[in-house]
Amino acid sequence: MSVLSAFLAGLVFGIGLIVSGMMNPAKVLGFLDLAGRWDPSLALVMGGAIAVGSIGFFVAGRRLTTLLGTPMLLPTVRTIDRRLVSGSLLFGVGWGLAGFCPGPALVAVGAGYVKGFVFVVAMVAGMLAFEGIERSRARLAAAADGTAAGTRE
Amino acid sequence: MNIDWTVFTPWSALAGGAIIGCAAALFALVNGRVAGISGIVGGLLRPSLPDAPWRAAFVAGLVLAPAVYAMFAALPGVVIDAGYPVLVSAGAIVGIGTRYCTGCTSGHGVCGLSRLSPRSLVATLAFMAAGFATVFATRHIFAL
Repeated sequence: MSVLSAFLAGLVFGIGLIVSGMMNPAKVLGFLDLAGRWDPSLALVMGGAIAVGSIGFFVAGRRLTTLLGTPMLLPTVRTIDRRLVSGSLLFGVGWGLAGFCPGPALVAVGAGYVKGFVFVVAMVAGMLAFEGIERSRARLAAAADGTAAGTRE
Repeated sequence: MNIDWTVFTPWSALAGGAIIGCAAALFALVNGRVAGISGIVGGLLRPSLPDAPWRAAFVAGLVLAPAVYAMFAALPGVVIDAGYPVLVSAGAIVGIGTRYCTGCTSGHGVCGLSRLSPRSLVATLAFMAAGFATVFATRHIFAL
């Protein structure tokens, strides 16, 4: 059931990305180009998504269980640290270079764009590199602590 | 600031945004999770997780969205100006960056701001600023 709803959520999310025009990197770059001929569309996409999403999250935040009766697993991390900011800055640079972020790139793959596929393969490679870095850092930290257990967020 | 009224699509942007918001709300209420694409994909890359099926299902939904959309209307055109070297470096940077900040436009931008998360607000301001700066550099300083 949760697998079916995840599929439907992904499907509806993807259709929203297509309808909003965000599958098209040229449109995203048009928004990020403040100094050029500016296309404010992306701001309205975010506005529309947040207007509807906030109702859902407001209700979800007051519940202890999901509609399926399983526990709510919304994020509880609140730390604002260098890791968050530098990661976000890095992501923004990549976003501004190609005009793709993860969701629209996956939708572009489904629409048959080879360039979307190349971006996604590189993105997954980047995520695997992150996993590798984190694992070796955890191992080093564990060795330094003299304990066997590495911790991870 | 010069708004290009020939490309600005306010109604489809708002409508598409509302659809995205519905998907995020559905996912929060039924699955109890944040619909953050980078986190959902990133979680698939960790070995032996019991939640691989729902993650794969969400990604499958995203990838199949164009096929479903095409049953009702013609898909809008897509212009990808970036060449392959740029796509590869941009993809790798997005992959690493989103995992470090634990979110992207969907997780922090849409869901995080919907939840009034200060952490997501900081992340969104940072990646927006970096995106603006990058496009300014590539289009107006180096004129690539």
